[in-house]
Amino acid sequence: MLTKRIIPCLDIKDGRTVKGVNFVELRDAGDPVELAKIYSDEGADELVFLDITATVDKRKTLAELVTKVAKAINIPFTVGGGISTIEDVKVLLNAGADKISINSAAVHNPQIINEMAAEFGSQCVVVAIDTRSVDGIDFVHTHGGRKATLLRTQAWAQEVCDRGAGEILLTSMDHDGTKAGFANEILAEISSMLSIPVIASGGAGNMAHFKDVFTFGKADAALAASIFHFKEIPIPSLKSYLDEEGISIRK
Amino acid sequence: MKIAVIKYNSGNVQSVLYALERLGADAVLTDDPDQIRAADKVIFPGQGEASTAMKYLKSRKLDSLIKELKQPFLGVCLGLQLLCEHSEENDTECLGVFPVKVKKFIPENSQEFKVPHVGWNELENLVDNPLLKDLSANPFVYYVHSFFAELAPETIASTHYIHDFSAMLHRDNYYAIQAHPEKSGLVGEKLLSNFLSI
Repeated sequence: MLTKRIIPCLDIKDGRTVKGVNFVELRDAGDPVELAKIYSDEGADELVFLDITATVDKRKTLAELVTKVAKAINIPFTVGGGISTIEDVKVLLNAGADKISINSAAVHNPQIINEMAAEFGSQCVVVAIDTRSVDGIDFVHTHGGRKATLLRTQAWAQEVCDRGAGEILLTSMDHDGTKAGFANEILAEISSMLSIPVIASGGAGNMAHFKDVFTFGKADAALAASIFHFKEIPIPSLKSYLDEEGISIRK
Repeated sequence: MKIAVIKYNSGNVQSVLYALERLGADAVLTDDPDQIRAADKVIFPGQGEASTAMKYLKSRKLDSLIKELKQPFLGVCLGLQLLCEHSEENDTECLGVFPVKVKKFIPENSQEFKVPHVGWNELENLVDNPLLKDLSANPFVYYVHSFFAELAPETIASTHYIHDFSAMLHRDNYYAIQAHPEKSGLVGEKLLSNFLSI
C-alpha cells in the first residue's frame, strides 16, 4: 500500500541551515548535510530544502550544497526558494536535486510550469502555493504570504495541475506557525479535486495533527520544520503513533 | 569490477552514479558501445518519456547493443519499461527483452488513487532471486511513475497500486526494478549491492 510521507523542511541561507536547530548529536548545527543525514536515518520519507538566500550570486552556493546532499543521502529531496528560470532548474537538477519547487515565479509566469514539465518531466515539478483566507475566500499569496494576489487558491491549484505540475505543496499562511493543526478543510477540498498528490504544510503542533491531515485533510504528505528541528516530535515516535492509528506509513 | 551506466537522454542519472559511489563501485557514465560491452555489469537508468528514449537509443544503435549483452544488466524505472515489449506511453515499441506490456495507470477514484504513483510502497510476493537476497519481508521502495509493467512469469516481486504490477522482472542476465533503488534508503542500497554481487 502506498504510504503517507513525512517531510522535514530545512531553511537554508548562504549554504547553512537557519532557525535554531536543537540536535545534540549535530557537531555543526548549521550543516544542512549532517542534518539531512540524521533525518534520513530517522525515517524521514523525503526532505525539502528551502533557500532563503536573497542574492543571485549566492545561487552557486546552493548548487554546491545540492551536490553534497545528493552524494550523502539516499532518499528523495526537493529544492525550492527563489527559483525563477529554466536555467536555475537545470543547474539544480544536474547538481542532484530530485524535484524543484517553484512558488512566486509560477504566479508571475505560469508558462514556466509547462516548460519545466516538458523539459524535465512532471515528476520533478512541485508547485508551492501559499494561501490565506480573506473574508472567508482563499487567495494565493506571494512573498512569504505577505503579498495578496487576485488568484483564488482552488482555481490556481487546478491550473497548475493542468499545466503539468507533479505535486502541490500547499501552505496555509493562516495556520503556519500557529501549531494549532493543518488547514484540513482547504487541503481536503484541493486534494479531492486534483489528480496529483498534495503535500500539506503549516500548522503542525502535535502528532494528532498529522493523523488529522492524512484523514480529514486527505493529504498525501505532510511537511513541517520547527517541531522536527526542536525535537518536539521525533520522527520515529511520530511514525509509530501514525502506524498505531491505522495510517499507512513506511516502517 | 567495472560498471557501465548507459548514458542517454534521460534525467536523474546523477543520483544513480552517487548511489554507486556510496557503495564503492567503479562506475562510468557512457554511450560508447565498446565500453559498455567490456563492462562487468551494466545499469540502464531512466526517467522521461518512452518514445523519445527509444528514438534516442535507436539513433545511437544502443537498442541492438542492449539486446546482445551477456553480463548482468539492470534496468531502473523507465529502464524497466523500455526492456518490455510495448508501452502505452505514445504507443511505443520497446526492446522486447521481457515479453511484457506496459500500461498507463487509470485512476479509478481520484481521491484514493492519484497518478503518478509517487512515494514509498511495498514490494510483495518476493521470489527466491539473487537480486532480492537478504531483504526484509515486504520492504518499502520509492516510486515515481505513471506507467506500469503487467504481471508476468518474469515478475520476481510485485507492488499494489490500483493493480498489482511488476515491481521487478528477471530473465537470463536481465534484471529490472520499477522503483528508484538510488532513492530507496537502505532497501535500495541492498538491491544495488545485490546486483553488484550477481
